[in-house]
Amino acid sequence: MIRFDGVTKQFPDGTTAVDDLSLTAPTGKITVLVGPSGCGKTTSLRMVNRMIEPTRGGISLDGQDTGRMDAAELRRGIGYVIQHAGLFPHRTVLDNIGTVPRLLGWDKKKVKDRSRELLEVVGLDPKLGNRYPTQLSGGQQQRVGVARALAADPPVMLMDEPFSAVDPIVRDQLQDEFLRLQDELGKTIVFVTHDIDEAIKLGDQVAVLRVGGTLAQVAEPQYLLAHPADDFVADFVGKDRGYRALQFEHAPRLTLHSEPSVVVGETPSSRASWLLVVDDDRTPLGWVEPARVGDRPVASEDLHRGGTVARASGSLRGALDAALSSPARRGVLVDNDGVLVGTVRAHEVLTAIEETERPERDEDDPVHGGAMDVSGERG
Amino acid sequence: MIPSILEWFRDPMTWSGPGGVPTRLLEHLWYTVVTVVIAAAIAVPLGLWVGHTGRARWLVSVANSLRAVPTLGLLFAVSLVVGPYIPGDLAFTAPSIAVLVLLAIPPILAGTYAGIDAVDPSARDAAKGVGMRGRQVLWQVELPNALPLLLSGVKSAMLQVVATATIAAYLGLGGLGRYLIDGLAVSDIGEAAGGALLVGLLAIVLEGVLSLLQRRVVSPGLTGRTARGSQDGDDAPQAEAPADAPVDVRG
Repeated sequence: MIRFDGVTKQFPDGTTAVDDLSLTAPTGKITVLVGPSGCGKTTSLRMVNRMIEPTRGGISLDGQDTGRMDAAELRRGIGYVIQHAGLFPHRTVLDNIGTVPRLLGWDKKKVKDRSRELLEVVGLDPKLGNRYPTQLSGGQQQRVGVARALAADPPVMLMDEPFSAVDPIVRDQLQDEFLRLQDELGKTIVFVTHDIDEAIKLGDQVAVLRVGGTLAQVAEPQYLLAHPADDFVADFVGKDRGYRALQFEHAPRLTLHSEPSVVVGETPSSRASWLLVVDDDRTPLGWVEPARVGDRPVASEDLHRGGTVARASGSLRGALDAALSSPARRGVLVDNDGVLVGTVRAHEVLTAIEETERPERDEDDPVHGGAMDVSGERG
Repeated sequence: MIPSILEWFRDPMTWSGPGGVPTRLLEHLWYTVVTVVIAAAIAVPLGLWVGHTGRARWLVSVANSLRAVPTLGLLFAVSLVVGPYIPGDLAFTAPSIAVLVLLAIPPILAGTYAGIDAVDPSARDAAKGVGMRGRQVLWQVELPNALPLLLSGVKSAMLQVVATATIAAYLGLGGLGRYLIDGLAVSDIGEAAGGALLVGLLAIVLEGVLSLLQRRVVSPGLTGRTARGSQDGDDAPQAEAPADAPVDVRG
């Protein structure tokens, strides 16, 4: 658990970057600091490993005041990932990953084994181990950055906009893998971003900061979307927050309809206006209009690919999108293996939405109301 | 001119005795190496310190302005003023070496400082952030990354010293400069030009030696000499779709 206790940072030129910040990042969870530029989110992050010293207030790590620890020792126990990865250009990928274990004095063989292992953990080809950073793509560099931070298995990780310098598709991929990794590792993470979508996707808890370094609101993402504390937060979380919040609502209550389907390569027997096409494993491929196909087998060129497919165990957002995007107006749902389960209509999803309860509002404390409960006290 | 140079080179006298080419060449090499080693011993630590701490950057500018001082004049001035106080042969060699050192310091200092200054700020930030102490940042990250520019500075200092050490022969420093001076004194073009040629050759050889050294000590990650491996598997493997995201229907 990382605890900010009335932390203020004033720079010598008189600007206040962080103003009386009190916040708790619970153990094993991802706390995202988000806000516009100049809100002090990076400064706050860098005060945790004392890359910046607070002017007032203190930060404690599992109850220990970081200000009393040796700064270098403290940092060796905290994984640190930064925007452009900050890899050492003169060292190979493996040597980069082994940096902290070497600082901690592990023996060479152990360092090497651990570095190889991490290459795999972050999903990189072992062949890349002997390359140099300049030979890697931005996304690969960022993976190496994460591997380096994880090398000595620190319980705490600080991540400063780690995915913002890569293109959107790679970013999405890195985020998904990061969440998968976190599921396995359960680190205490403080994550800085300026991107509210990223904050909501990754955060177990999201802290919105405003310019001048004050905390506007800290809450779990669904609470934040449902009950922004003020106009600033409401503006910041965006106009489509209602739709976005649906991604936290699971959709088990939906009643599914069985959907007639045809296996690709066979001739449709149904004369419905739209017919779902599946492959041999009953994985949905797309829709066809039997009237257009006529009496010949369905080929992959006939497929209408506009519709999305959602998992039945997934969120209401996925189910609604599947229904809205389907040319047949019937949203396709699959199980976790991608096998067709059935279809659902948009109005049925909407009905389910109307029946779900929104996170309840904490009237007493609009700023900390939806924050994660940390051993009975509010941070 | 060329026949007279060839004649000088063919003359057995050119190659033997205390005034012979091997001896002069060794003298010249010795002064050059001593000068560059002393200059590097001063300029490298200073450059590292200025670059690492960011303090006293004016030192680099001051050193650079030293390059404008006329070397020959300084050489005479120093040996005239200091020479009488130094006993024996050192009276001539010490001032000459000192002036040459002064000449070699600016390029090495500038190269070292520029090398440290050019280190990617995010690499430096990461080095601190993963828990390196100041010295570890300097030795493990800043210095290795500064090496290409640092060694360029040494190279250019070396070339300058090789060339300038010829004029130090005026003061009895010996070396290949003697041929130039003696040759010019008796209008022996062959000897003068032959000496100049030897200085040029020595410069080229030293440049080659330093370039080899550079290849050995500078990380391939900095020189781009590494085989540009295929970028296949770029950001692979594909992430699995997260449980709550819609997946596109694909044919």
